[in-house]
Amino acid sequence: MPDLGFDTLLKGKNFARLLGGLGVALKISLVSVLISIVLGTVLGVLRQRENLLLKAVMKLYLEFIRIMPQLVLLFIVYFGTTRSFGWNLPGETAAVIVFSLWGTAEMSDLVRGALISIPVHQYESAAALGLRKTQTYLYVILPQAVRRLIPLSINLITRMIKTTSLVVMIGVVEILKVAQQIIEANRMSSPNAAFGIYLTVFAMYFLACWPISILAGKLEKRWR
Amino acid sequence: MPETILEISHLRKLYDDLRVFEDLSLTVHEGEVIVIVGPSGCGKSTLLRCINALEDIQGGEIRLRGEPVSKENRNLQSIRQKIGMVFQNYELFPHMTVLDNIMLAPVKAQGRKKEEVREEALDLLKRVGLESKADSYPRQLSGGQKQRTAIVRALCMHPEILLFDEVTAALDPEMVREVLEVILDLANQGKTMLVVTHEMQFARAIADRVIFLDEGRICEEGTPDGFFDEPKTERARKFLNTFTFERKGAKN
Repeated sequence: MPDLGFDTLLKGKNFARLLGGLGVALKISLVSVLISIVLGTVLGVLRQRENLLLKAVMKLYLEFIRIMPQLVLLFIVYFGTTRSFGWNLPGETAAVIVFSLWGTAEMSDLVRGALISIPVHQYESAAALGLRKTQTYLYVILPQAVRRLIPLSINLITRMIKTTSLVVMIGVVEILKVAQQIIEANRMSSPNAAFGIYLTVFAMYFLACWPISILAGKLEKRWR
Repeated sequence: MPETILEISHLRKLYDDLRVFEDLSLTVHEGEVIVIVGPSGCGKSTLLRCINALEDIQGGEIRLRGEPVSKENRNLQSIRQKIGMVFQNYELFPHMTVLDNIMLAPVKAQGRKKEEVREEALDLLKRVGLESKADSYPRQLSGGQKQRTAIVRALCMHPEILLFDEVTAALDPEMVREVLEVILDLANQGKTMLVVTHEMQFARAIADRVIFLDEGRICEEGTPDGFFDEPKTERARKFLNTFTFERKGAKN
């Protein structure tokens, strides 16, 4: 059996440091996800409105976010704004901004899709029963929309968690960066550490995302 | 003469450029069962949807016990509560159990007590033979069971008038009967109903008055026996003929 370099994990506080790195990654994702869910829901509902200006602005925003690689967005927000506007954003803040912009765009798409997928008859049948507009949304439309939304948005959340690995590039010390540091520091004593450490990183990402995927599958089954 | 419940006068309805009704008037009295028949596209369903203000109208008036039914009326919600509507495709709320489907509007829209509504809902479900399905979800029911649930949902609001919009059109033949029997039973209880249907035998059995609608006009109206046995207009005769079959070739 070749030396996979797992021993490096047990040296010093390496394992705890990796976990701390995972914490940073999850913190960025969690904050961005929460912002995205709130703003995305608002925008998704607004996109139902027949307002041409609003539609044009939203379209521009969505296309921009969709076309732009997340890494380029990170560079613009982190490096670009520093010189041009003199904003000295911490890396984590820049990351949260970028991931929220991205998540909000995707989330608004999902919310809009979920609302559109509720048949017109459901609104009519509620209206025919004498329910008010707010009651119709509260008891009939939103519960159905949320059921359709949850599996999709959980998928988005796991994608966001995975994509936080990009923030290494703007100097945020998250799990991947910690892994690199550990490997660098142990280059002489255990040159094979790269495999073991990265494998551990993989396992940690997996353990963070897997339960979410399972939850999504369960909800999907229950709310078919 | 029994009291007038619903009065439609000079109704005018356009879909963009398509004229559905030009000048349609109809009065429904308490306890009356009116069956509306006619070729597809003649406006039967649109008429029912207008009565519930699910459609905008371009002229005329619809009044339920004297109160105008229109989207401009601030009381529209409370008027709609008095008009029970059953749709062709049931339109139950898929995320709620049968019982919750029935209880939602009485509790939320009418503000009635939960316990009282539950008792009534279970009682009504029992009457249509669905007491064992109270906690099932719509997807677990057959078409006929869904439609009976939809009828109970409308009934539980204590409506003054019930509108049935081709309620058996989406059902398998063997399920049609169970639904029609529920409606017949309601007629026997003296409920006021407007029924749009393609089931001619049923129409004949249940109707106090038959209305034949063609091209947005009331082409003919009369007693069921009169209408089905001796239609006065050529148009109605032709329409009724589409329901009888005759083999022209030799059969021996």
